[in-house]
Order: sequence, then structure tokens, then C-alpha cells
Amino acid sequence: MRILYLIYDYIVSNVKSVWDVFSHTFTKADTVEYPDEMPYLAPRFRGRIVLTRDPDGKERCVACNLCAVSCPTDCISLQKAEDETGRWYPEFFRINFSRCVYCGLCEEACPTYSIQLTPDFEMAEYNRQNMVYEKEHLLINGTGKYPNYSFYNVSGKAVSGRKKGEGVNEAPPVDVKSLLP
Amino acid sequence: MANIEIDGKHYEVKEGENLLEAILGLGLDLPYFCWHPAMGSVGSCRQCAIKVYQDENDTRGKILMGCMTPAKDGMRIGLEEEQVSDFRDHCIEVTMANHPHDCPVCEEGGECHLQDVTIMSEHTTRRYRGKKKTYENQYLGPCINHEMNRCITCYRCVRFYKDYAGGKDLAAMASRENTYFGRHEDGCLESIFSGNLVEVCPTGVFTDKTLARSYNRKWDLQTAPSICQGCSLGCNIAPAERQGKIKRITNRYHGEINGYFICDKGRFAYDHINSDLRLRDCFVENEKTSYDEALQHTVKLIGEAGSCIGFGSEKASMEENLLLKALVGSKNFCSGMPAAREQQLKEVLNIYKNARTELISLKALEACDCILVLGEDLMASAPRMALSVRQATRNLSFELADQTRIPRWQDEAVRTLAQNERSPLIMATVSGSELDEIASEKIHAAPAQLTAFGFAVAASLEGKTCLPEIAETLAGELTEKAKSVAAQLRTAKKPLIIGGCSLNSLALIQACGQIATALSRARSNGTVFKTPVSFVLPEVNSLGLALLLDDHTLKLEEAVQKGSEKAAIFLRADIYKHLPFEVAEKMFSSISSGISFSELPNRTADKCKINFPAASFVEQEGTVVNNEGRAQRYFEVYAQANPSIKEGWRNLLNIAKGIQGSLAQAKPLAELACFDDVSHFVRNSAPVFSTWDQVAPDSKFRIAGMKIPRQPHRYSGRTSLQANIKVAENKAPEDSDSPLGFTMEGAPTQRPPALNALTWSPGWNSNEAINKFQDEIGGHLRGGDPGVLLLREKQGEDLQFSFTKAQSAELVAVSQSRLFDSCELTVLSAALVQRADIRVAMLGEATAHKLGIQDGDLINIKVGKDGISLPALIDRSVPENLVSIPNDIHTQNELSAALLPAPCQIVRAVS
Repeated sequence: MRILYLIYDYIVSNVKSVWDVFSHTFTKADTVEYPDEMPYLAPRFRGRIVLTRDPDGKERCVACNLCAVSCPTDCISLQKAEDETGRWYPEFFRINFSRCVYCGLCEEACPTYSIQLTPDFEMAEYNRQNMVYEKEHLLINGTGKYPNYSFYNVSGKAVSGRKKGEGVNEAPPVDVKSLLP
Repeated sequence: MANIEIDGKHYEVKEGENLLEAILGLGLDLPYFCWHPAMGSVGSCRQCAIKVYQDENDTRGKILMGCMTPAKDGMRIGLEEEQVSDFRDHCIEVTMANHPHDCPVCEEGGECHLQDVTIMSEHTTRRYRGKKKTYENQYLGPCINHEMNRCITCYRCVRFYKDYAGGKDLAAMASRENTYFGRHEDGCLESIFSGNLVEVCPTGVFTDKTLARSYNRKWDLQTAPSICQGCSLGCNIAPAERQGKIKRITNRYHGEINGYFICDKGRFAYDHINSDLRLRDCFVENEKTSYDEALQHTVKLIGEAGSCIGFGSEKASMEENLLLKALVGSKNFCSGMPAAREQQLKEVLNIYKNARTELISLKALEACDCILVLGEDLMASAPRMALSVRQATRNLSFELADQTRIPRWQDEAVRTLAQNERSPLIMATVSGSELDEIASEKIHAAPAQLTAFGFAVAASLEGKTCLPEIAETLAGELTEKAKSVAAQLRTAKKPLIIGGCSLNSLALIQACGQIATALSRARSNGTVFKTPVSFVLPEVNSLGLALLLDDHTLKLEEAVQKGSEKAAIFLRADIYKHLPFEVAEKMFSSISSGISFSELPNRTADKCKINFPAASFVEQEGTVVNNEGRAQRYFEVYAQANPSIKEGWRNLLNIAKGIQGSLAQAKPLAELACFDDVSHFVRNSAPVFSTWDQVAPDSKFRIAGMKIPRQPHRYSGRTSLQANIKVAENKAPEDSDSPLGFTMEGAPTQRPPALNALTWSPGWNSNEAINKFQDEIGGHLRGGDPGVLLLREKQGEDLQFSFTKAQSAELVAVSQSRLFDSCELTVLSAALVQRADIRVAMLGEATAHKLGIQDGDLINIKVGKDGISLPALIDRSVPENLVSIPNDIHTQNELSAALLPAPCQIVRAVS
């Protein structure tokens, strides 16, 4: 029995290994000739982070700070500001990509679908300082993966000319002077 | 004590306290909204449901509200049973049915009690598919933001604003489920306690508008324990910083002082710290220099002069004042206060130290059932004390409740029972105060008459008839009133005398002392009855500075004169504020070697040769002594990046180091290296400071080898906030002078109260988490309330003051305290400046008629050579022959409030 085991272990398995390796000579390669040829990256690949816009073209980010607090490397920072209509937006929005681990927790935390990870990983720089992205580098002109969502439509806050009660599933404002039952 | 069983475990709680309070006090979690530890229970939110079983044999039990059920011995309670947790889950589901989906854009998010309770009650999915109710918002002024959609109708806001703080312009309106909490129309909330709505509201209906200007979440704000610099009460606060700017101030619970609430000045007056007007560079003869260069010049200047006069300040910490005194020598030290104020403070100390008096904290004040306020408009000079006085007048209602066996925490029932019955409060002031409405007796008279009234009360307490000169000063009616007040003080369980320095009258303080002594004598029966007294002082560290005064201390005028021959150091002191303009101007013209330390430009600094920028109270550590003699430490909230702005105590040590060769007394100071050394120096300087080490733990204090972090453990943006400047992270600033660190790393729990500014506990992100830090609900902080009472030693001999009749004058000008005045705290606060009153001279009707003055006329009030022009306001409460002018006057060549009260003349200005 032991003899049989040794024969398998020393001879058959080696021959099988050699066979397996050489048989790959005739299979299709999984690797691609990057950078001449781009690999396929699924839409949910976690690469470069972008900030998206509402379907009506307004900045989606409301500067709620949830991405920043969920970030395990603390590489996101921003400051809330408010426009004259009461709409919150980030005064600055900074991601230090030299610290980012592309974990996607910021995207998961984002209540407005603003922050999204994209299938782009070509971000290498010779100078580390260039890995710091500001809002102008992050903000894109589109809705990204979620085309129809607009946070302020469902928030219940009166902003950008939309009055109280004009949002989705909202009743008109209560008439406080009414005494009717 | 009652033994109760909660979910099979046995606990001991106080008999008769409500079960919600008992359960929270045991450290267990039970959700609630409407109950507030300071305001009692009303049982309106139905969130604190628990199962209560009658006895051993009861197997069914019944669901009751924890906050409405008193604890009884032998009770069995189900807290986590399925039936009650389902009940709570359904309650929160209904509460949340109309709550908007706006947490991301809500200032309360991250410190929201509603978020915490929703999670605690395990409510996750909104099943209701109907439309959400919406409300229009109101403009509530520059401090508070209103977002009515978020309301859960717990009624806490109106219960605080109207019932607790006596506000008039916030109410629950509309009918049925349309309840609306707001004003009758848009406009600024009038109460000076309106800022507390931010913390009282369990959700985001009322939020801090000043924070919203440049908003950050609670987890992103760096905080350190601090002390409010607005008045002499020393309320504990937590200023919060991000990116080198103070973003907001919140209440920091202190069981003996401020409890759960602070006033609006304490909360919103912080813009002066961030102000662009702040001095940021050292100047030598108007030339910008480096810190070291300015220091060299200073040393040279003092060396050449041979000695130096030091002007201390009531606004500077104990450490700064004491080091200055040690540096210049006690013969060259001046308090920086006018001589009259020095005398007043000495008298206050004298009364405090007397064996017949008792110093009381604000918490103890709330237990007093008969209060005499002599000459202080508390709403202006010590607002938090006014709030406590308001609670103290409720003691009668608690007594009535005890008689009818209604628990004191049954808020609505106790208030309904008592209606307008209140414990006696005697307000003897110059003019009307907001507290008059709850006073049993209100007296409006000139300071001289108030003094006479005080002495008359004292005489009546001693059973004597009052002296003829007192009776002469008093109008006939007041003599009778004095007798009835004396009778009330004599029969009260715990009487209290409140006095103060606002009217700038020594005699008035002596009158308080006389009453206290007389009352003590009248009520001593074998054992000495100690009369509770409390004095309102002008500034945050007035009492501390008074402790440094000795026989050598120079009077202000003397010091200014002497300063013209020598070098002079001005420590955060604007001498111009305390002298007649001409005197100050003349004296300063001869001071050639002035050295000033100031935060903001002022006239004294302008006249100095060398200017150092001073660190504000959030940029350094220090200790201040409040009106009750409690020494309290404040800490650096953030590290000042500017190398020219150094801590006040370090500046003085640096000067001492340079000058030690030529100035003998500087030598011991030159050996001090860090803040701990300075603390030890203070401790050894006088016997009154022997307990100084207990004020707060020293810099070597560690918990399991760790420092205490200033940043919350979820502080975000560490690797990104400064990355635009430099992508490699800088090392966090080190703090070798305190046990606090400028990072998020360190001891997560069990921080001593003196070092903790973050009210947070797992699952409790809002300030409601404070119940996890108290020894009992609404009691002291676990580990002892921070600070040390310095004035423990009592002197035996009786105080005896005599009444001297003031010279009669046709017209007297008195100073008028205003909360939102024209000092930098208000003026530089973008929010408060909008709420500041217009400066007016207040006159009685008769006086105005006599002088032919109409409401709104511009009048010129002259005291000696100085004068001031102000619009007249005719106020019925102002007594005859009196004009009351703001005490914050003094810009340019105006009349100094330090001269008041004084005979004056009024002429109508020609416009």
C-alpha cells in the first residue's frame, strides 16, 4: 500500500503537474496586454471615486459627512455650506487617494447616491501630492449608476424653489389656523 | 430605598422616584422623549413603556409608562419582555410615520435623540404608505433654526421655554394632530435661554443657527472642558472646534452650577475668538516683529526701568494674575480694577468668610424658599442664576404637592395644583426686571434707598426700630415692607440673600452683610444659623483676583501714576474702561514703556510700546474662581498654530526667564517650566490655595497609560483635511501641559469629570447620554463635580456695618446691566449683535415730565466733566430723580461706568 502511495506521490503527481502546465499552452489567456488592451471591468468595480449630479444637473452631494465618517482611512474631508435656497452642498470636497483603499464604504453610506466608485483604476502619479483630488476633480456631469434618484425630492425640506408639500408623497402644509376636525 | 426586580435581577432604587429615572440611573437603557430630568414627567410620548407586575402571584402584569410610575418596594418589572418591546416599537413607528427623510441635511443628525431611540426601540422599516405631513417653518431669529416637519410633538420645547424658563413667545398651537410649536408670528425668540431648545428638543426642530453657518457633525468637533467667560457664575461649557475655528458652544453638565442649561450669551457669544479683529502679531513701536524679538525688547525695557508695574485683570486666569503679581512684586501689582470695585470685592470676601454666612451653589439655591435680591437685575448680570431663582420660587408648589401626596416629578399635576402660588421672592432693584413677574414683592428704588431698605430689614430682624436716618431715606411704605420681608426671611425654611456689584455700591453689599448677620442672629438657636448668601460679581475671575489683593496692592490711579516712571505690563486689561476719560488720557500720555497682552485691539494696547497678542480662553489652560469661590479649570480646545500667540502664563514665565538677572523676584518664576509647575506655585503661594491640586488632574494623569482624547473616536478626515497643503500627514500637536491629547486616540471611558467634555455613550449620541455620567439622574457627575471650593475657612467675629446717609442729589445716574451689551462678546457675535438692545437712558415718568423729555429724545447726561448722549426711554418702573444708563458705555471720551452712581445733570441735546 505504502509502495503504491509513494509511486503516486513521486511519479504520477509530478507527471500530472507537468501535463497540466503544458496543456495551458493551448488555452486562451486570462491576462490581457495592458495597456495596449483594456481589461473588462464590471460597472460595480471599485475604482476612482466620483461625485455625481441629480437628474436635473444639480450637485447630489449634500455634505452630510457620512462618507467621511465611514471612511476607514479617514481620507475624505469636506465642509458643509448652504446656498440661498437652503440647499446643502460641500464647500470643498477632498479625497486623498494616496490613502484610499477603495473599500466602497463611502458609497454604501451615501444617502443621496452622490459618491460612487467607478471602474477606473489608472490613477498612478509620480508625485504623491497629485493624488489629492478636490471637488472639481471629483464632480462629474452625470448621474452615474443611479439615473433617476434625487434626494431633495423625497427629503421633506423646502429647497431650490420647491416649497413644503411639493415633494414626493408629501401632503400640503398643515393649516395651523384651521379648527376643523 | 426600594428593592425592585428588573427582568429577574434585583436592584435597589430610591422609593418613590419614577421608574424611568430609576432604570436610567441603574445604567440600563429605556427609550423616552418627553421626560427630562430637570423638568419631570408628563407621560405624553408613550415611549418608556414597561411591564409592571403587582406581586409574586401576578403573572399577567400590565404595561405602564415608566416615567409616570413611582418605584415601590417589591415591584417586579419587565423591561425587555417581548410585549413591551413590541409596544415601544409600535409607538416609535407611529412617531416616525410623518418624520421627514432629511437626516443627511439635518443639523441634529449624529447627535439626535430621535435617531438613538429609533435604533434603541428596534424600529427599522416604515410600513405606513400614506402622505407625510408637512409644516411651514418660522424665522426665529439669528440663533435658532426652525424645521417644524421634524417635530414629534413631545412638548419638551414649550415645557422648557414657558414653564421652566418663563418665556412668553413660544407655544403649542393649532388643534388635533396639527400641533405646531412656534411663535404667533415670525420673529426672534425673546427668551435669553432660547438656545437651550437646541439641546432640549430631542430631534432637529430647533437647531443652532450659528453652527449651521459652517456646520460640522458632533463626531468631527474637537472639544475640551471649558468655563464660560460671560459672567461670574462659571458655567461649564464645551466649546467645539474644527480647522482652527470655534464652531459652537454647548452646555457641559455640572451638578452644582449650570446643570442642563446655560444662557444664550454663554452659548452664542464665541465669534470674538474667530474674529478677524484678533491681534495675531507682536508689535514693537507699531512694527511687526517676531515673538522672540518682542520678548527681547520687553526684557530690555523692564531691565532699563529697573522695576515694573503690573496691571492684572478680572478676565485673566488665576495663574496669569498670580504670576504677574510674583513677577512685578506685590508692591508693584495693581488689580486693574477701580478702587471702588476692589473695596466691594473685599467686602464680599469678608461676608463670604464670616461664620454666620453660607455660600451656596446654584443647585442649592434652587432649594431656597425665600429669596431677597438686593440691587441686582439677575437676568442681565447673572442669567443662569435668574433661571435658578425661578425654580426656587416653585418650592411652595412642591410643598403643596407633598401635602397632597403627588410626586414632585409629576410636572403637569404639580403645576396645575400650584397654579400661580410661588415661594416668596423679593426683588429690590432699581428698575423693572423680568423676574418681577414671579416676585411676591417688587421694590424699585435708588441705590441709596435700596441700601436703607436693606438696613431696615436687618434692624427689623434684630427687633430694633430702624435708625432715624434710615427711616428718613426710606419712603414710608418701604419701612413697612422691610418689616414684612424680615418676617418672611425669619420664617422661611431656607432663606437666601442675593447681592452684587452691578450698581457699584459698597453700601449695598454691606446692607446684604448686615441682613445676613441679623438673620443669623435672629435664627440661631443654640447652633449658629448660617444665612445663605450669594453675590453676583462683575467678571469671570473677579473673586479670584480679589483673593490676590493685599495691603500692598496699588490702587489703579496710583499704579497708573507710578507706571509713568517705570515699565508697565497690562494683562488683558483696558484701563480706559475704569477711569474718567481725561484722567486716563493724561496718565497714559506719560507712560512710555507699556507692554500689553490683549486679544483684541483696545485703547490701552494702542498706547503701549510693545504689544503681544493674547491667547483666548480656548487656546490656553487656566483656572478661574466663580462667585461662589469655586476654582475651575479650563483647557486648551485646539492648538494655536500661530507662534506669536502663546498662553498667558507662558508669556510671563518667558519674561521672568529673561529678566531674572536684573529682577530678583523673577528668579523663582524662571525655574517654572510647565503648567504643573505653575499650579504648584499657585498652591504654595497662599493657604487659601492649599487644595489647588484638586481643581483638575495634572498633566501626568493617565488612564491605563493613555491620555484623554479631545477628539471623538469617529473624528473624520484625519488624512485628508490638510492634504491640500501637504499630502504627508503632520504629527498631531503635543500637549505637555495637560492630560488631554489633540488626537482621537486615548482613554475611551471613565474620564474624570474635570477632563471630560464629550457627552457620548454607546447607543447614546445625543447630549441625553449625560445620564451615563451621573451618580444619580440630575445629581452630581460620577467622580465628583469638577472644581474646588476655596473659601471653606470661616472667621468668627460678627459683621457689623453702619448705615451712612448718602448725600442727597437732585438727579442720580446709576448703571444699568444689560445682557447683550456693547462689549466684544456681544458685538463681535454675528448672531447676538442682532439681539442686542439699543443703548438707552431710562427715566421715570415723573423725572421725564419734570425735565420736559419725551420718549426717544436724545439727552446728554453729564457727570462732572464726562458726559454721554443717549436716547431717552421712559420706563414706569424707574424711580423718581434717577436716570439709568448702560454700564457698557465708554467708547472714546464717554462717561465711564466706574464713576456711577453719581449725581448728574441732564440736558436735552439739540439734534
